[in-house]
Formats: sequence, C-alpha cells, structure tokens
Amino acid sequence: MSEQPIIDVRGVWKRFGTVEVLRGIDLAIRKSEVACIIGPSGSGKSTLLRCIAFLEAYSEGEIYIEGELLGYMLDGGKRIPASDSEVARVRRNVGFVFQQFNLWPHMTALENVAAPLRLARGIPREDAAGRARRMLEKVGLAHRAEAYPSQLSGGQQQRVGIARALAMEPHIMLFDEPTSALDPELVGEVLQVMRDLASEGMTMVVVTHEMGFAAQVADKVLFIDHGKIAAAGSPHEVFRRDENPRLRQFLQNYFDRNVFWQNAGEAGIG
Amino acid sequence: MSFNPAILTDNWAAILDGMVLTIVIWAAGTVIGLAVGLLVAIGQLFTNRWVAAPLTLYVAVMRGTPFLIQLFVIYYGGPFFGLDLSPLTAGIAGLGFYGGGYFAEIFRAGFLSVPPGQIEAARMMGMSRFQIIRHVQLPQMLVIILPALANMTVLLSKETAVLSVITVNELTSVIQSIGSTTFAFAETLLFLAVVYWAFLEIVTAAARRLEKRVGRFTLRGQH
Repeated sequence: MSEQPIIDVRGVWKRFGTVEVLRGIDLAIRKSEVACIIGPSGSGKSTLLRCIAFLEAYSEGEIYIEGELLGYMLDGGKRIPASDSEVARVRRNVGFVFQQFNLWPHMTALENVAAPLRLARGIPREDAAGRARRMLEKVGLAHRAEAYPSQLSGGQQQRVGIARALAMEPHIMLFDEPTSALDPELVGEVLQVMRDLASEGMTMVVVTHEMGFAAQVADKVLFIDHGKIAAAGSPHEVFRRDENPRLRQFLQNYFDRNVFWQNAGEAGIG
Repeated sequence: MSFNPAILTDNWAAILDGMVLTIVIWAAGTVIGLAVGLLVAIGQLFTNRWVAAPLTLYVAVMRGTPFLIQLFVIYYGGPFFGLDLSPLTAGIAGLGFYGGGYFAEIFRAGFLSVPPGQIEAARMMGMSRFQIIRHVQLPQMLVIILPALANMTVLLSKETAVLSVITVNELTSVIQSIGSTTFAFAETLLFLAVVYWAFLEIVTAAARRLEKRVGRFTLRGQH
C-alpha cells in the first residue's frame, strides 16, 4: 500500500468575511483509517468536513483527494477556481452523510438511492434499482424501499442517506454529525451501520459528539478548538492522556453526564 | 329596448371565431410566458451577475409598466427598430413576455423554497446543475407554486382583451363591434364577463386536479 494519504489537508484556512473559522489545518488521512473530529460547537469541525467535500470553498492552503488538488487549478503558478465539473470529478469517490439527512422528499427510499446512479453515472434503470436494493439491504431497510422519507423514522432516513452515498462506491465517507438530529433511541442503529462500514475497511472522517463511538471505532481522534487542531492522536492518547485544558474541559462535560447515571444508579433511580 | 339574448345567437359565427382566437392567444402567451419565466429565473439564480442583472431589469420593466403600454411599444414602436410584426404576432409575443416577468418571480420563489441541503446532497452525488433543477428542484417546487402559476394564467386570460387595441379580432374586439352596431351593450358585455369567468373556473379546476397529482408526497405529511 502506498504511503500517500488518501486525504491530505495542508495549511487550510477558511474565512467568512472577517471571521476566521479554520486557522491553518494540517491533516492526513490514510486509506482505511477512521478519523473522528470532536470539539465544541462553533469550533470549525463541520466547516473542515465541508471543505474536504468542497461544499465550502477554503480560502487558503490545499486539500488533496487521492493525490488530486480539490476545488482549484494551478494556472502557471496562479490558483484559479476549478469548474463545477472538475470539482465533481475530483470528489467522485467521496460520499457525504448530512446531519439533516437531506433526502429528496418526492422520491421513495429506493429512488433516493437509484436516481443518482442513473443520472450521474448513467447506469441503466434496472441495474440502478438492483444496486439500490442491495444498498438498502446492507443498511437493513430492504423492506422500506417503497416508503417516502416522510414515512420513515429519523434513524431510517439517515440509513437511507448512508445507502445513497454508498451506492456510488466511494473510497471515502464523510459524516457530518450523522446522529445529532436523531432521537436518542435511534442513534444506535445508525452507529451500528457506521461500525460495520469501518470494519469493512472504509476510509471515514466523522464529525461527532458520540464519544463512545470515537473511543471504540476511531484510529485517530482530532480535537478542534478555535479553528485549529488542538489535540490529535489515538483515542487512548486523546481521551486519557492529553493535558490540553480546553480538551479536558470539553470532555468533562461528557463525563458529567455519565456521572449522573452512576449516581442515579447508587440512589436507586437508574 | 329590452334585453335580447338573440343578438348573441345571431352572431354566433363571429363570436366563436373571437373565442377561438382568444384561447389561442391565451394558450400561446401562457406557454411562452412559462418558458420565458423559467429561463429568466434560472438565469437570475444560477449564472453570474452579468446575466442576472439585465434579467432582473427585464422583470422590473414587465411588472412595473402597464401591459397596454408594452403592447403599444412592441406594435407601434417596433417598426422603428426593424421589428415589423403582425398584430397577432405582436400580441402573442407581448403577452408572453409580459407574463414571463411575473412567471419568473414565481419560479424564483419556487427555486428558493427547496432546502439548500437537498441541493448539496445532489451535488455530492455528482448530479449536474441541470439534473438538479430537473429532478430535485422542479418536482418539489411545482407543488408549492402551482396555485400562483394558475392565478397568473387566469390573469393572462383577461389581459388578452387588451389585444383589441392593436386590432386583433379576439373575443372582446368582436363583442365590442357587435355591441356598437346593435347597441345591445348589456347582452354582449354580460356575455363577455361570463366567458372570462368560465376561463377562471376551468383553470382553477384543472390546477386543483394537478395539485393532487403532483402533491402525492407532501399529502403524506413532512416531518
């Protein structure tokens, strides 16, 4: 296997007007790695993920996807914005899962997965439907193929969202807080699908508040604070050993919630 | 002088010709208006400002000036710019571009009603700008803008009457000439009003049926 990272982020800055959201991010993800990005809200973690998908244009630096510069072209040393079709070409192997699912409400679950195969890849109707059915099966939703998004639970909608992205056979999957919009009892089914995907060797970058998932599944955890990577390493290094006070404070909030349950158990509530 | 509906039956052939012409003008004007409106809205939203700015000016002029004046400019002013149109062609083109200004605003509002996240999802799946418009935005926005489109179509049916001033022999023109030769103004004008009202009812009923068809997925209730 080559040593070249599949995602290579070099010195990336992102400004919205005068607000600096990302302030010099360097990050390399290798094939089959699972990276979890954690951090307080407003820290820039979702913006970073959206820059890696070029849903946001980054202001400075470079992002390479499988060795190709994303979003810009070099024209005699000068950087110019790439065309839509060039952007689409470079990120053709990148799948994206949204916090709000973003399914198309006028299409059934099956059509949500099959339509892009037909339209963007030119796959014949029958073959597209067949592959879509297999993808829905993979996320445990074959029996809901004919349902419209409004007839599905949040967890089911998100699993359709994952199936839709997987149908394009991506090399990289980006997840933007995939469980944050879900009722707590529906989080597990989505995380299970993501766990399966990780164990199959998918390269994944996950922005999440699910510390348990990060601890168990991630190869690498990145703590972002004020637009910079403030701590990075294995889950053990970041969660147990890192002395960054902002990170300790951030993690403390999660521990406090769990402490409530332990105390509740002792008091005979839980 | 008494109310005498026979005036209408005596002149049925001329009235029928006028009515057919009115419907032709209306249908052609609406089709042109819808096409122009859709293209203008797409140009305003999805291109650069060098395209968008003149289109926005066009919409402002169409909505900001009376149709009567626009028609005069095209028909009587056109020849000064080498645009020598027959009354009917000038009338249909005028109605189409007048309606286009309003349809453009309706389509623009429709495009903006589709959540941006759905468009981002389509872009991430590699769909082209045109495919996103055709398969993601239009099917959803049509449900929302259909009542507004139907309303504008009804308004256009009544604007066809303005074409009588540039000598197009549509229904209003025919009825007026019958009225002024027979002095049966009550019969003719009442009939005229009833016909335009019938147009309204037909369009409204058609729009309702269409709404039910295209609105299947929303009737099931969004989360």
